[in-house]
Amino acid sequence: MFKEDFPIFDDQLIYLDSAASSQKPKPVLDTMLSFYTHQYSNVHRGTCALASRATQMYEDARQTVADFISADKKEIIFTKGATEAINLVASGYAQTLKTGDEVLVCISEHHANFVPWQQACLKSGATFKVFGILPDGTWDMDDFNKKLTTKTKLVAIAGMSNVLGVLNPVKEIINFAHKNGVKVLVDSAQSICHSAIDVKKMDCDYLAFSGHKIYGPTGIGVLYAKKEVLEQLPPYQFGGDMIDIVSVEKTTFAQLPARLEAGTPPIAEAIGLSSALDYVQQIGWDKVQAHGKCVFTHLIQQLKEMKDIQFLGNPDLKSGLVSFNINGIHPNDLSMILSKQNVCVRVGHHCAMPLHQFFNLSASIRVSLGLYNNEQDVDTFVVALKKAIGFFK
Amino acid sequence: MTPKELIENFSYLTDWEDKYRYVIELGEQMSALPESECNETNKVVGCQSQVWIKGEKKEDKFYFLANSDAVIVRGLEAILLTLVNGKTRDEICALNLPEIFKKLGLEENLSPTRRNGFAAMIERIYSLINSSTL
Repeated sequence: MFKEDFPIFDDQLIYLDSAASSQKPKPVLDTMLSFYTHQYSNVHRGTCALASRATQMYEDARQTVADFISADKKEIIFTKGATEAINLVASGYAQTLKTGDEVLVCISEHHANFVPWQQACLKSGATFKVFGILPDGTWDMDDFNKKLTTKTKLVAIAGMSNVLGVLNPVKEIINFAHKNGVKVLVDSAQSICHSAIDVKKMDCDYLAFSGHKIYGPTGIGVLYAKKEVLEQLPPYQFGGDMIDIVSVEKTTFAQLPARLEAGTPPIAEAIGLSSALDYVQQIGWDKVQAHGKCVFTHLIQQLKEMKDIQFLGNPDLKSGLVSFNINGIHPNDLSMILSKQNVCVRVGHHCAMPLHQFFNLSASIRVSLGLYNNEQDVDTFVVALKKAIGFFK
Repeated sequence: MTPKELIENFSYLTDWEDKYRYVIELGEQMSALPESECNETNKVVGCQSQVWIKGEKKEDKFYFLANSDAVIVRGLEAILLTLVNGKTRDEICALNLPEIFKKLGLEENLSPTRRNGFAAMIERIYSLINSSTL
């Protein structure tokens, strides 16, 4: 029922790769085209009416983002994506971590929430630690409790794994970490489009997400951090907009958020993201979730009936996305035959090689849903998958 | 099979299903690089399937053996090696691979994505024929 809002869809395209990137609804496309056509200017510079209006729209977008996750406007930093948001925090930690300190992540993390911490530890001499998952795809909380020590400085975890589709009990980890004085970063790149996020209730210290996974444009992401935590982050990049006074002798830096947003920001993209968040809000989370659950349940029911299917984790614990293999057929072969039938799925390690190593696999197929998918898409996909399997058996 | 015969065989196949069934068959018939040689040295980086290729030079002519864990990719390798094996460096460089794959109806496989490692394998062939190690 939401498909008609997305102009990309014709009668044939079955897009089941929203976890990689979602399609864009017309209001987002219209907003960006209109901004570039009638209202474009750089922001935070110039005094002409055009510049003032563009600045206002950019800062309004910040307010929309803040409201969307129940944060304060001053706690929102625009980045080019979740990856940059996490790297921004990790580069700060790389400067302050010391030998003996520890950073703890989960084995199921996307490389974007794994490699920056591994590298920050490498640079600083800190220890990079990884807690495991259980075969059903849920966090191994015993392992987490064992690995969180008095030396842990930060825990970095995903709200939802981009391979397993399990909505993780983030709050449980945050409570436990905070009792031990440890800060927590939540990678919400996958979870942002599936359920409402309230950073105040969640009580995370940092949270990152990308615009393009919640029906917004590419090139825009968000770092949220509690104000007192954000104040401690050193500048990530240097240049225009982030300075206070520059002289030959020294430079002083601007207040937040400018201090962490060097150079001309992704203006149209921030405004486009704001339009995407408005679009989701207007539909309402109740409807978004009810529709998502209905289509996903249908998908899992159909997949469970397939012979030789091997799920990564327990299919009954997932929402929004599911990864699997068909015994005896390489996932790349299957996806190529699906692609010939206009069905887009993702195949590979999905930027989660440590997780695939845990399952002793080199690749898997992932099917992920967006608002525009319906039960018919699932049925068409299942027919296409059966045809693809028939090709190789 | 000569490149000419290969193109002729494909011209009889009109729909994508027949074409891809034939690609798979060619992969099954290919004498693949032995598993013992499917090692890091011969591996071509691909995100979604594993691809290996090894070449040798005999009297100015190149001969390659390849393998993959995905059967369609192995078929594409068989096609590629039919086109390049037994040719000199200049002859290989003169081949218009995009044009040939278009004729075969398989041009989408040349896209420079991480998709199947096949595009990376073509690059490896060019780098091997231009290196002094063969």
